[in-house]
Amino acid sequence: MTGALMEARGLTRRFGSVTALDGVDFDLKPGEIHCLFGENGAGKSTLASILAGVIAPDDGALAVGGGPRRYGSPADAIADGVGMVHQHFALVEAFTVLENLMVGLPGRGWRPDRAGLAVRARALAEDLGIALDPAARVSTLSVGERQWIEILKSLMEAGRILILDEPTAVLTPEESRRLFAMLDGLKRRGLGIVLVSHKLVEVMQSDRVTVLRRGRKVATLATADTDPGTLTRMMIGASPPPEGTQAPRAAGAVVVETRALTSAESAGGVPARDVSLTIRAGEIVGVAGVAGNGQAALFDMLAGALAPASGEIVIDGARVSPVSPTEMMRRGVRCIPEDRFRQGLVGEMSISENLMLGRHRAAPFRRGPFVDYGAADRVAANVIDAFRIATTGPQARAASLSGGNAQKVLLAREMAPGGRVLLANQPTRGLDVGVVATVHAALRAKRDEGAAVLLASEELDDLLALCDRILVMFRGRVMAAMSARDADVERIGALMAGRQPEAAA
Amino acid sequence: MSADLYDGAIVVSILAATLRTMTPLLFSAMGELVTQRAGIWNMSVEGAMLSGAFAAYIAIATTGSPVLALLAAIFAGMMVSLLNAILTASLKVDHFVAGLALNLLAAGLTLFWFRAFISGRGQPTFDGLAPPDWALADLPVLGPILFAQRPLTWLAFLCVPLVWFLLYRTRQGLELRCLGENPAVLDFKGVNVVARQYAASLFGGAMTGLGGGFLILAFSDRFLPDITAGRGWLVVVAIIAGGWRPLGVLAAVTVFAFLEALAIHAQVLGLGLPHQLFLAAPYIASLLLLTHLRHRDRQPALLGEVYRRGER
Ligand SMILES: Nc1ncnc2c1ncn2[C@@H]1O[C@H](COP(=O)(O)OP(=O)(O)O)[C@@H](O)[C@H]1O
Ligand SMILES: [Mg+2]
Repeated sequence: MTGALMEARGLTRRFGSVTALDGVDFDLKPGEIHCLFGENGAGKSTLASILAGVIAPDDGALAVGGGPRRYGSPADAIADGVGMVHQHFALVEAFTVLENLMVGLPGRGWRPDRAGLAVRARALAEDLGIALDPAARVSTLSVGERQWIEILKSLMEAGRILILDEPTAVLTPEESRRLFAMLDGLKRRGLGIVLVSHKLVEVMQSDRVTVLRRGRKVATLATADTDPGTLTRMMIGASPPPEGTQAPRAAGAVVVETRALTSAESAGGVPARDVSLTIRAGEIVGVAGVAGNGQAALFDMLAGALAPASGEIVIDGARVSPVSPTEMMRRGVRCIPEDRFRQGLVGEMSISENLMLGRHRAAPFRRGPFVDYGAADRVAANVIDAFRIATTGPQARAASLSGGNAQKVLLAREMAPGGRVLLANQPTRGLDVGVVATVHAALRAKRDEGAAVLLASEELDDLLALCDRILVMFRGRVMAAMSARDADVERIGALMAGRQPEAAA
Repeated sequence: MSADLYDGAIVVSILAATLRTMTPLLFSAMGELVTQRAGIWNMSVEGAMLSGAFAAYIAIATTGSPVLALLAAIFAGMMVSLLNAILTASLKVDHFVAGLALNLLAAGLTLFWFRAFISGRGQPTFDGLAPPDWALADLPVLGPILFAQRPLTWLAFLCVPLVWFLLYRTRQGLELRCLGENPAVLDFKGVNVVARQYAASLFGGAMTGLGGGFLILAFSDRFLPDITAGRGWLVVVAIIAGGWRPLGVLAAVTVFAFLEALAIHAQVLGLGLPHQLFLAAPYIASLLLLTHLRHRDRQPALLGEVYRRGER
């Protein structure tokens, strides 16, 4: 193939017994956006990291600009003009923007050239249409602004090939549109762009797409010649499970009510401010908003993990006081927290132990004063079967599970009978369509059972597919509430960014 | 004691003792601050200081040379911190476990070697580091406080601005701070994270060893198995209390050293409190500081976290 910026043949990489990448070919042309598309664990990040010199392949060959390469470290890739924006932020929050741009820059000597770097950064930022304050501390920047800094950093070091690993996972719809506008500009200047994504809307904006499944390449296609249905089938190797339909139902009695619920400013993160909401039995209420706008505080208070500074929580007509986790558990509140590994599961415990947590004192896990591990293993085996969890068995450590499988364990635990209120904060974050469908089905099943469900998600698709009513949160406040039927994506997007759209009516 | 001792002479003596006492703490604290900013929560400071003191003792008892003794102290401190780096940076052992194990090792080995060294010949004593004898030392007030100090004391104070400059004004310092905040950033740029952590550890060990060497050469004429008496732990507390900033650490070290200087003068001051209370004062102060501190958010974000590439 001539004119390729980058070309790879037969890339293979194993991690222990897992073959993360198995004989994959890949090529990138100047001036194109080439998407890597696949489920969680398909090997997208592994491929992207090999291209950027972050990990070395066990087998296969790589050529950049026609010359063969064996990258020993990312520094070699950077020297070739290959830069990468990683899936998780690689910025130092305690540093200023300029310090972040300075870290790890190739160069010698003891004193970095701050002024020169600031000038270069400003010029490039202007080119990209980014507002840049080199002296601002990264911890004060919004998630979107941080992503621009990441991109800027990559481009300052390496200007030929830009690799982005799920860059929109953390962005609002509007920010992702801006990102694509930025990428279009770069593409027109002849950069080659590798974009990792599992979102169809994004894939459809690329020039070519390579679909990966379980470490193997399924196909490389021109995006114009394909369609979302085909890509999805290629990605999961089967047809996706059908989404349930939204039949109008009569909502039941009010189960949860909050009155001017406010959390302390000092609790860390953005507090919830003056939140009043109601959730009825058999209803899913959605909370739209970029994560970090007070949802965590609201959910923590409802789960009893954080005491409100003022306001009250009423469940089944009775005020909850004091607000504590045991009290909330007793009233049937169950919770799928935002960070499944830190708050939801104990990584060092087995799947069966994790499934028992919090209900180990009740049947079927209790046998006199002892815990019935046999029963726990049987429950776990059933869950592994029912949710099709990819693992070695009930004794596998939770930390060994991929994000999607870990989420299924959490879902199974929190969905178990006895829960009347289900709180789910960002339950589909980072998951592929297969697991997302499982999460959706679980929330619907819970609703149909008559539970009151509160769902916060950055993905408007989740909310529009599932909710009866939608609230929008920004900086801790509820900006607006609407019925899902009249919800419109533009308006919610604007509210999520803190703007009250001019009232049309 | 008589009231006429409550005059300037005692104050001068206390202040002079404060600076003297600060010296080993400052060396060690500035070194370990660098280690901690690199993300290594080094708990083996006490062991490294003890090893430094012991190595200085063996060297001076056999050669009589203070310079060789200080070099031996630096070397011994570096050996302990090298072990710590091997355990934490390379073998990914929990930082606390590694540090505590090294303290036990250092205490056991120094005692064993000390017994072996003195068996049959008794404990030799030595002439350590004497303060300079020059005209400035005879100045009233400032003479004893500033100019009758050993040159190493001046060097210890000079370390504070030097470390500050290193951390905040150089490329290496920026990257060092980055190690403690988010090593993945450097890793993604092809910077060798483990090598940098070794370098920072060795610097800390050298400085702590030097502190241990000063401790024995300036304060004693023989080795005692508990000569460090928890000073390594005070250093760890001073770094936390100082919010991981050079000036903050300097302030905390000053407080501890002042309390220790007071304890030395407790008899003379005759405050009627038990002597033991004074001796315990720096440690009580460190407890109070730790329980009342509100600025743990200044802690490097990933201090003490074992770094493995590609882990969440
Ligand atoms: N550092 C690692 N250690 C062990 N296994 C890994 C590592 N990185 C990736 N894997 C495994 O390799 C497979 C592919 O992972 P990855 O490339 O991250 O997938 P994707 O980015 O498509 O979600 C997964 O099964 C994952 O568990
Ligand atoms: Mg990935």
